[in-house]
Amino acid sequence: MNRDWSTLWPLLWEAFGQTLQMVTIALLTGGIAGLALGLALYVTRPGNLLANKAVFGVLNVVVNIVRPIPFIIFVTLLGPVTLQVVGTTLGTEAFIFPLSVMTAFGTSRIVEQNLVGIDPGVVEAARAMGASSWRIITTVLVPEALAPLILGYTFLFIAVLDMSAIAGLIGGGGLGDFALRYGYQRYNWMVVLVTVAVIIVIVQVVQWLGNLLARKVLHR
Amino acid sequence: MSENTAGPAPGTPAIELRGVSKTFGDGERAVHAVDDVSLTIRAGEIFGVIGYSGAGKSTLVRLVNALETVTAGSVVVEGTDLTGLPERRLRGVRARIGMIFQQFNLLTSRTVAGNVAYPLKVARWSKEERTARVAELLDFVGLADKAKAYPRQLSGGQKQRVGIARALATSPTILLADEATSALDPETTRDVLALLRRVNAELGLTIVVITHEMDVVRSLCDRVAVMEHGKVVEVGDVYDVFSAPSADAAQRFVGTSMHDRPSPDALARLRERHPGRLVTVGVREGASSGTELFRLLREHEVDGSVVFGGISEVGQRPFGSITVELVAPDERIATFLAALREHADVVDLGTAARPVDDPRALRAASDPQGERPGPDDDGPGDLYGTARDDVIRDGNLRNFGGA
Repeated sequence: MNRDWSTLWPLLWEAFGQTLQMVTIALLTGGIAGLALGLALYVTRPGNLLANKAVFGVLNVVVNIVRPIPFIIFVTLLGPVTLQVVGTTLGTEAFIFPLSVMTAFGTSRIVEQNLVGIDPGVVEAARAMGASSWRIITTVLVPEALAPLILGYTFLFIAVLDMSAIAGLIGGGGLGDFALRYGYQRYNWMVVLVTVAVIIVIVQVVQWLGNLLARKVLHR
Repeated sequence: MSENTAGPAPGTPAIELRGVSKTFGDGERAVHAVDDVSLTIRAGEIFGVIGYSGAGKSTLVRLVNALETVTAGSVVVEGTDLTGLPERRLRGVRARIGMIFQQFNLLTSRTVAGNVAYPLKVARWSKEERTARVAELLDFVGLADKAKAYPRQLSGGQKQRVGIARALATSPTILLADEATSALDPETTRDVLALLRRVNAELGLTIVVITHEMDVVRSLCDRVAVMEHGKVVEVGDVYDVFSAPSADAAQRFVGTSMHDRPSPDALARLRERHPGRLVTVGVREGASSGTELFRLLREHEVDGSVVFGGISEVGQRPFGSITVELVAPDERIATFLAALREHADVVDLGTAARPVDDPRALRAASDPQGERPGPDDDGPGDLYGTARDDVIRDGNLRNFGGA
């Protein structure tokens, strides 16, 4: 057991690093793309700032098509595109690409839903002051919805962490892969439990941070 | 506070609406929110637009600052025709018109100072200029100590004062107030109305007030337009509209604000206590009705006692009526009334035995749809109902021996 763990700790540490890398990059790229997509969904919605039936219709349908695809299938479906973009379909980098894409689509709905809660009167007031649509998006919509957006991104972090567990499918490593390979497949339940404990700690820390930040920006 | 940028000279048109219509949706589901409205609002005046919810007044005011664009007609603001202007130009127009809202619409993520500074940022003022201007504005509205507070920490009245400061930030010449006091309690409403009066008097802004409360019009506005179903059904000096409202809707609104005339219920109770002849005498600015009433009572040897009434101010001018019970032989009362009518607006309510209804009190008491009480309503006498109009017209002559 002791000898086992002396080799396992470095592997766990490496898996932890891979997970962190995957989740961070996916959240940054997918999170930003998703913010843009979510804002686009919100402002083009009929009756809103830049209402546009056609654009909203297309975006809405695309998001609805992509989101329900099980992620494990999505990774393989996106394989050819991943090959074009990343140059390979194996490894951590190859996994980050589909993870980021799915994160973007997931983020878009969460962003849109949080923006719907904004009082349209505030947007009207900004328009009445002569603010441009772009200014309203950046200085009214995002700041007014910042607290729920932070909580939304906290939720997303956990969802992305969840998705990253199947990175091992294409040799992407990470905590999920570690738990399956060294724990489940070798009947070493302690490894599974330790990995789960690590994941729980990460989630707790991120949720705590998210709550703290959200409360800080909430002036209502 | 510093002077505003020069607007048009007082009295010249600040806002002109020419045959303006606004339709939402199309075909069967089309809603004609504003229907062929023509109005001129003069520079420096406080203009009220009153109507029930759904009358189209909020849409009308949004056509003025181009938050909505017209379906037909044209809107001219300080000489600029807004029709067909590109969005970029419209933003410039909006920035020159301040607007305040029923729900204040403050940015919850910014402090009071941040809210007031927002339009200045939009107008690309430098940071130093913004800071100085915000301090000046918060001082003007009496909230200098709240600069760092967030909107949620303020009361409704304070929020609206922040809204006013924000609307005044870029020194607009026009202020649009959309139900600005409707979410406030009566005392706070008075404060905010007083502040708006100051904005008009000290800074010379033209103010357009949208409201469903006739009291707001009574205490604040110079002129008023009454809207119903997207149309302006009456427009004029507030005093004139109060003293002689012609449209049904106008009469109902006046009735909600003035309680000097007895309602049918109150009249019925009055008749129980005062069996004699009841007449309502209008009191107007300049008219000598007040003094003449008592002089003529003496002259004609008629006993009169005040049983109902109220005189207050409309547009800061005296307005109201008193209802008196007259006790004397019928002929003396008739000659007395004939003499009084030369000096005042008199409504004869008859006696308890032979009642006559006050047409204005009845209209005011009827419901917003303008449906009058039918014959089945339990009125004070058997003349109520279908025959009522005739009675009012002929009542004095036929029933009471001529006037």
